[in-house]
Amino acid sequence: MSERLIEHPILDITPRDEVAFFWNGTKYNAYSGEMISSALIANGISIFGHHHKDDMAQGIFCANGQCAKCLVIANGNPVKACMTVVLENMIINSSEGLPEMPETITDKENVSIKEYEIDVMIIGGGPSGLSAALELNKNNINTILIDDKNQLGGKLVLQTHKFFGSVEDSFAGTRGIDICKQLAQEVFQSKNIKVWLNSTVLYVFKDKKVGVLKETEYVLVKPKIILNAAGAREKYLRFSGNDLVGIYGAGAFQTLVNRDLIKSSKRLFIIGGGNVGLIAGYHALQAGIDVVGLAEAMPVCGGYKVHADKLKRLGVPIYTSHTIQSANGIEKVESITIAEINKDFQIIKGTEKTFSCDTILIAVGLESLSEFTEEAKAANIKVFSTGDALEIAEASSAMFNGKIMGLTISKELGAEVSEIPDEWFKKAEILKSHPGSIKIDTQIDRYIEKISQNNNTMKNMVFPVIHCYQEIPCNPCTTVCPTGAIKIKDNTIMGLPIYEGKCIGCGKCLLICPGLAISIVDFRQCVDSFTEAQPIVSLPYEIYNFKVEKDDEIDVVDIEGISLGKYKVKEVVTNKAFKTQIVKIQMPVDKSFKAISFKIQSDEVSKPLESIIFSNNENKEDKSAIDKKTIICLCERVDIDTVKELIKKGITDINQIKAITRMCMGPCGAKTCDVLLRQVLKQEGISIEKIVGNTRRPLFVEVPLENFIVKNK
Amino acid sequence: MSSNFDVIVIGAGSVGVPAVMSLSKDKKKILCIDNMSSAGQVNNKRAIGGVRATHSIFGKFKVCQRSIEILSTWKELYGDDIGWLSNGYSFPAYTEVIEKFLLSLVNERSTLGLNISYVKPDEYQKLVPGILMEGLRGATYSPEDGSCSPLLTCNAMFFKSIEYGAKYAFNEIVLDVKYDNSVFVVQTNKNKYSSEYLINASGNNAKTISEMLGFECPVVPDSHEAAITEPVKRFFGPMVVDLREDMDSKNFYFYQNNEGQVIFCLTPEPLIYGVDSDATSEFLPLCAKRLLKVYPRLTALKIRRQWRGQYPMTPDASPIIGHYDENKKFIQAVGMCGQGFMMGPGLGELLNRIVNNNLTEDDLRTLKSFEPRRDFTKGEEIK
Repeated sequence: MSERLIEHPILDITPRDEVAFFWNGTKYNAYSGEMISSALIANGISIFGHHHKDDMAQGIFCANGQCAKCLVIANGNPVKACMTVVLENMIINSSEGLPEMPETITDKENVSIKEYEIDVMIIGGGPSGLSAALELNKNNINTILIDDKNQLGGKLVLQTHKFFGSVEDSFAGTRGIDICKQLAQEVFQSKNIKVWLNSTVLYVFKDKKVGVLKETEYVLVKPKIILNAAGAREKYLRFSGNDLVGIYGAGAFQTLVNRDLIKSSKRLFIIGGGNVGLIAGYHALQAGIDVVGLAEAMPVCGGYKVHADKLKRLGVPIYTSHTIQSANGIEKVESITIAEINKDFQIIKGTEKTFSCDTILIAVGLESLSEFTEEAKAANIKVFSTGDALEIAEASSAMFNGKIMGLTISKELGAEVSEIPDEWFKKAEILKSHPGSIKIDTQIDRYIEKISQNNNTMKNMVFPVIHCYQEIPCNPCTTVCPTGAIKIKDNTIMGLPIYEGKCIGCGKCLLICPGLAISIVDFRQCVDSFTEAQPIVSLPYEIYNFKVEKDDEIDVVDIEGISLGKYKVKEVVTNKAFKTQIVKIQMPVDKSFKAISFKIQSDEVSKPLESIIFSNNENKEDKSAIDKKTIICLCERVDIDTVKELIKKGITDINQIKAITRMCMGPCGAKTCDVLLRQVLKQEGISIEKIVGNTRRPLFVEVPLENFIVKNK
Repeated sequence: MSSNFDVIVIGAGSVGVPAVMSLSKDKKKILCIDNMSSAGQVNNKRAIGGVRATHSIFGKFKVCQRSIEILSTWKELYGDDIGWLSNGYSFPAYTEVIEKFLLSLVNERSTLGLNISYVKPDEYQKLVPGILMEGLRGATYSPEDGSCSPLLTCNAMFFKSIEYGAKYAFNEIVLDVKYDNSVFVVQTNKNKYSSEYLINASGNNAKTISEMLGFECPVVPDSHEAAITEPVKRFFGPMVVDLREDMDSKNFYFYQNNEGQVIFCLTPEPLIYGVDSDATSEFLPLCAKRLLKVYPRLTALKIRRQWRGQYPMTPDASPIIGHYDENKKFIQAVGMCGQGFMMGPGLGELLNRIVNNNLTEDDLRTLKSFEPRRDFTKGEEIK
C-alpha cells in the first residue's frame, strides 16, 4: 500500500486493521472500513473501468456519491466505488463496458413502507445542519437529521485548517476537523434529534412525503418543516481533455487526502484561486504532494490573501490571468497546458506553458444544492435553506447561519424563543463577507521608528508582526492575546488587526492565526545597536511532515514568497495542542520584520516542460495538435461540438438537447452537465430567458430495486 | 411566417410530428402548433417505447404494423439511430382466463399474417431468463414487435419534417378555433393562422380543442407511472406484459431498451385522473413488489429515474381517428390511450391519406373502429 499517508502534521494516523480484496484477480490490501475507491487509489490503481459508449477510461470524480464515474463491479454488483466499503475478500472488477446483470436475488418481502411524522427534517449534517439541529434540540423540537455519509460533519471532516471568523460565534482558530467532532458529539447526545447516517433524501413528493433511502430501506418522512442544509456541488469546466482520469474537484481531492488519508497524487495542478483551490493546495503540501502550480483566470485570486500567501511562501507558483487550455494524456492526466488570458478571457497566443502533472483539481466555484428547496416549495411544505445550500460562503458563516435558522424554525413551530437579536443578522452578513481590498499597513515602519529612537527599550522589546493586509471576517488574534495588545479598529471583525500595547512574547497569536500570518520578533537578547541587531524571529509552520530541525538551513521568505536569504534554524518548538510548530531563526533587523515563512518546495517542481503540448481546441487546422474533445456530459459522453451543432439548429430547450443527446439522463441526473450546458448556450449567444431548463425528476441517486421492498423474510 | 396553410396540426407529439412529416413530404404547406418549447415534450418523452402489432383490434394491428416497418427501417433509410430493437413482445399467462384469451388472440393474429406464437414455459424461460415459473402456463411471443426511443424518434421525425419544409409554432397556446367559409382560423396567444384542414393531435388537450369547434370528444387523461434503471448488458429479450390485476395496480410491463436500461410502467388502481405529471411516493414500492415477484432477477438493478405520464383515454380504450360528417376537414387523431407512440408513425401516413382522400380498403376498415361518433360502450380485450 504505497500511496498512503504515513504521517500528517494535523491528522492523527492511527493503525487500522487490514483486509484483503481482489482487483481484477490480483490480491491487494485495504484498510478495514474504507471505501473501494480509496483502497484502489492507495494501491496505485486510478483507472476503474472503461465507458460502455466509447471505451473512455473512468475513475474517481466527485468522491461524493453523486456521479457514477467510479463504477466498479463488487461481488457481482455494479457499485459506486466512492460510497461502497471494501469488505474482506471482496472480489472487485473494473467496469468494462456495460456491466453484467447482477445475479443477486432478494430475500425480502414487501410489507407496507414505514412512515415517520416529524417536526423538522434537516437534509445534511454539515456545519450548518449540525448548528441548526443543536438550536432545535434546545427548544425541544423533534428533528430528523439525514446525511448520506457514514459520519457527521459534511465537509468539516476535510478541513484540517484553522477556521476564520470569530471565536465566540464560529470557533475561529479551531480546525474544521475538531469543530466537527465537537458538534457531532453534541448532536448525538441531543435527545430530540434522530440522526440517520448513510441515508439519502431521494425526492420531496407532492403528497408532502419525503422519500428517503434509510441505509438500505426506502421510508417516507412527513416533516412539518424541511431545512435544506445539503451544501453545494463543485462546478466543472470546459477544456480539451477534461474527461481524463485524474481530473476532479478540490472537494473530491480533500476527501481522498484528508478523510481517507491517501496520497492520491504525486504532482498536482490546481485550477481556481478561490479559497477552495488555495486550501486544497495547502492540504496537498501537508500530505507531501508536490503542487506544480495554481492558475486563476482573474488578475487576483478570489480567495483570502493569507491563503494565497501561504502557498506562495512555501514555493507554489500562482499564475493569475491564466486558464487551462488542455489536459493531456491518453487515459490519465500526464500534463497540463495553461495559457495567459486577456481581459476578455481570450488566450494570448505564445503564452502557453505545459507542466507535467498527474492530477488536475478543478476549483472554479460551487453551486448551491437547491433542488430539495424547490421540491419542498412545489409540495407546499415550509422550507428553509442554510449553509452553502442557501448561499456559498465559509463554513464559519454556515455555522452561524445554521444557528439562526434553528432559532427561526423553533419560533415558526411555536417554541418560546426570544427575538433573534438584530446584531446576529449583521454578524451573519459579516461572516459571509468576501475578502476586502488589500491595504499594506505600515506598522513595521512604526516599530522601526520606535525602536531606533531609543536603544534602551530594545532589551525588553518583543512583539508580533501581523502580515494581515486584507479585510476578512476573522479575529482570533485579538481574542487570544493575554494582554489585549492586538486590536481591530472599530471592534468589527472585518478590520485589520493592529498591535498596540504590551507583548509578552507568549506566541499565542502566532499559534492561533488561521492565515499563519503572524511572526514574533524578539529583541530581548540583542546587545548590539539597533541597526546591527539580530533579533530572534519566530515563524509559524504546520507542514512538519516536511521536517525542519535545529541547524537546518532554510530559505526564509516574505509574504509574497520572495527570498530574504538562507538562515540556520535555532530552535523548533512543537505545540501539540495547536498542531503548529514555531521555527526560530536569527536574522538582521531590517529583514526580520518581513520574514514570515520559508520555502519548502523546490523550483524544480514547478518547471514547465520544454515542449508545449497544444490541443486542437482553438485551431482545428493545426495538425500537430492533439485531437481531444471537450466533454460536457461525462455520464453519457456528450461533447461540446455535438451540443453546439444543436444550438446552431435553433434549439434552446435543454429538454430537447437532452432527448437527442441523452445528456442529463445519466446516473448523476444533470448534476454536472446542467451548469456547463447553460454556459455553452450563453456562449452561443442565447439569452437566459430563451433557455428552457431541464425537467428534474426523482431519484436524487440511483437505488437498487430491492430497497423499495422492505422486510427481511 | 405566412399565416395560410394547407394543414394545421395541433400538437407536436407522438402523433402530430409523424403526421406533419408525412404531409410535408408530399409538399403540403404545414404548420404544427404546440404550447411547449419543443417537440415531444409532454407524453412522447414519457412513453415507454414499446411498439407492437399484437393487438386484438384490426385497426390498431394495421396501423402499428406500418409503424414497425417505418421504425425498423428508419436507420437504414435516413441514417439516424432511433434505438430500434426487434426484441419482440410477450404476454405471459399465469391464469387460465388470461391463457384462454391469449390463445385466441394468437390464432386470430397469425391468420392475419402476424408472426406470433404461444410458447411453453420452458421456452419462455429462455427468452426471459429468470422469469417466475410458478404458475406460468405459457406466453405469447411475437418476435417482430419491438421498441425504440420515443425521444429520438420524435426528434428524428421533427428534423425530417423541417427538411421537408414544415413549420412549427412552439410556445403558442391555442385559444380559439373557428371554421368559417371552409377555412379554419386558429387563434393562439401570439398569432392567428388559417388552413384548409385541421388535425387535432393535441393529446391531453383533445377535448378542449374539439369543443372549440363544437364537437364532443370523450377523452380523459389518466396517469401511469414509469421508471428506468441503470444500463446493463442485455439479459432478456422481449417486452413482458403482465395482464393480471393486483390489489392496488392493474397491468404492468417492462423491457430492456437499446441502451441496456430496464423500463417499466404500471397502471395504478384506482386510476389517477388529471395531467399532473409529478411522480408519487408510492409508485416505486408498489412496482418493485410486482416486478420482483414476477422477475426476481431485477433485485440489485438500480432505479435511475421515475416519472409519470398520461394515457388520454377514451371510454372503450380505442383511439378517435377520422372526421365528422358535418365537417370533413377537421380530422381527429386523439385518445390514443397510451399507444400514441406506437401508433404515431403508421397513423401519420393514414392521416395523410385522409387529407388526400386516397384511403385503402384496410384504411376504411381501420377507421371504422376509430370513428369519432361510435358506440363507446364496447371495449377491447387487451388494452
